[in-house]
Amino acid sequence: MSSIASGLKGRAELGVALLLGVAGVVVFVDASRLNITYSQTDPVGPKTLPYIVAGLLIVCAVFLAIDVLRGGKGEAEAGEDIDLAHPADWKTVLPLVGAFVANILLIDWAGWVISGTILFWGSAWALGSRHYVRDALISIGMSVATFYGFYLGLGIPLPAGLLKGIL
Amino acid sequence: MDVWSSLMDGFATALTPMNFLYAVIGVILGTAVGVLPGLGPAMTVALLLPVTYALEPTSAFIMFAGIYYGGMYGGSTTSILLNTPGESSSVITAIEGNKMAKAGRAAQALATAAIGSFVAGTIGTALLALFAPIVVEFAVSLGAPSYFAIMVLALLAVTAVLGSSRLRGFSALGLGLAIGLVGMGSGQARLTFGQPLLADGLDIVVIAVAVFAVGEALWVAAHLRRTPLHAIPVGRPWMGKSDWKRSWKPWLRGTAFGFPFGALPAGGAEIPTFLSYVTEKRLSKHPEEFGKGAIEGVAGPEAANNAAAAGTLTPMLALGLPTNATAAVMLAAFTSYGIQPGPQLFASQGPLVWALIASLFIGNFLLLLINLPLAPMWAKLLQLPRPYLYAGILFFATLGAYSVNLQAFDLLLLLIFGAMGFMMRRFGLPVLPLILGVILGPRLEDQLRKALQLSSGDPAGLLSEPIAVVVYIIVVIILAFPLLLKLIRPNRPATSLLAPNATRGNEPTDVG
Repeated sequence: MSSIASGLKGRAELGVALLLGVAGVVVFVDASRLNITYSQTDPVGPKTLPYIVAGLLIVCAVFLAIDVLRGGKGEAEAGEDIDLAHPADWKTVLPLVGAFVANILLIDWAGWVISGTILFWGSAWALGSRHYVRDALISIGMSVATFYGFYLGLGIPLPAGLLKGIL
Repeated sequence: MDVWSSLMDGFATALTPMNFLYAVIGVILGTAVGVLPGLGPAMTVALLLPVTYALEPTSAFIMFAGIYYGGMYGGSTTSILLNTPGESSSVITAIEGNKMAKAGRAAQALATAAIGSFVAGTIGTALLALFAPIVVEFAVSLGAPSYFAIMVLALLAVTAVLGSSRLRGFSALGLGLAIGLVGMGSGQARLTFGQPLLADGLDIVVIAVAVFAVGEALWVAAHLRRTPLHAIPVGRPWMGKSDWKRSWKPWLRGTAFGFPFGALPAGGAEIPTFLSYVTEKRLSKHPEEFGKGAIEGVAGPEAANNAAAAGTLTPMLALGLPTNATAAVMLAAFTSYGIQPGPQLFASQGPLVWALIASLFIGNFLLLLINLPLAPMWAKLLQLPRPYLYAGILFFATLGAYSVNLQAFDLLLLLIFGAMGFMMRRFGLPVLPLILGVILGPRLEDQLRKALQLSSGDPAGLLSEPIAVVVYIIVVIILAFPLLLKLIRPNRPATSLLAPNATRGNEPTDVG
């Protein structure tokens, strides 16, 4: 690996330290604006644990930043279907997130059957499946099956949305 | 006698036709999902949690018992046939198991794993039934200061002992504790940012599904293997006479290693599986076969793995203290039913607990019965096209998280924390401390409050019980251990416990 690439990787992990630091500050600020009402029944109060957590986060952020600058690196997680030899493939991840967001936006309005179909079909497409018709049939089948399965089997009414009256 | 009659009552509950059916469903679902690459038992339980909300608690937990052991067994099948275990506790199994499979002995490797799991699981569950009431008896005498100390120990031990980087472990713990803070605490809204939907806190199911399932799916998507691994085809598992002869002792020794480690906070399954492997290698009459597919190297670690899984349930049920991800998610399940695990559990929910323990026995037996004939089918599951597998994970993760409260807001949380799960995998932050932080954080605060109420606010009250003092000494030793190691061997970096021959996740997502 070239030194530029490893330098960039090191810098990416500084983002984690930044995130921890920001989280720590948010927890601290949030806790400090709580009114403390000391009482015999609650000697701990609502602030103690947040302050400890904020301290832990900020200390970790500082040490992690130092560790990364000294060349320390978190070990990326391996797994059955994971090939760490190639860099992160954003062309797969972003459409996948797109399908997920579409589902969030559509689920209450269009209903689960439609949004779930889009979610599954879109995810499969993002992950490289190009059997458009077969994917669509599977997507629709799974959405309809889970809709009725949840409604009849578990008594959980998933939103019917646009298809209200048809389903 | 008391244990015996309670256990028999448990069997009576668990063996009613409906509950037995749930046990069968649990075992099949657990194995199927456990076999699938990228899915461990913790994720299985998290994904299935919402589904079980419609069930009676007893039936739900009977199903979880099946899922728990089923998921373990499924994981070992994957590691034998694919050689890339998803769970760190199956790493050792893969070393010899995959070599056996490549040498045409997959059937024997799967058989010794299945039968060894059965033996270890049964003995482990028996030990659980025996020891849990004893631990409870001891735990009832403990006050809040001791409880607080034990929870601190569990959190620190999991964070500091497991995983490759303590710093990253503590970072994950901090994030988890911060997530646990969200909501009403001490009568005040914390970290809700004026958002009423956050006032009840973040639903643990949503967090678990986000971190385990969505995070994993996104992470795999970013690094999807272009050419899927080749799974070794397999027939029905069986063992010859010499295989039995070489297996039974490793099974028992593995069990002896696994259970005590599983029962300890932060014991996990990696240390006992490793110890079992080393022991079998030393005791074997065929040491030359190790590294080329020695059956002892599968039998021992697999037994250790399953016995550890049973051991983990001891502190979970008796103290309300989860020490691995699966137990943590199960604890979340208990609380969502309004059941508080801990010493009072055996008194207040006796029938449920004993039904759960009885169904662990049943689940174990079913696994053996179902998995030996079904192994070829499980092997086929490994060929599932990856786009469908990970699209399916996202689909069911969404469904599960949405059905808890039926609000799209939870799906937004799912995405945000899924992205966090992705980041954690990318930069080697372990998931387990985060999940334990989310679950134990609020309970920790409760115990701290109770302890200080007893001493009317005097911090010295935290040391008012001898057990608490002993536990804090252990905590100090754990924290100081690497420093001591450095003092003793100044020039050598601490060597990793596992010299991984197989690729592995760098942190224990599951005992599996």
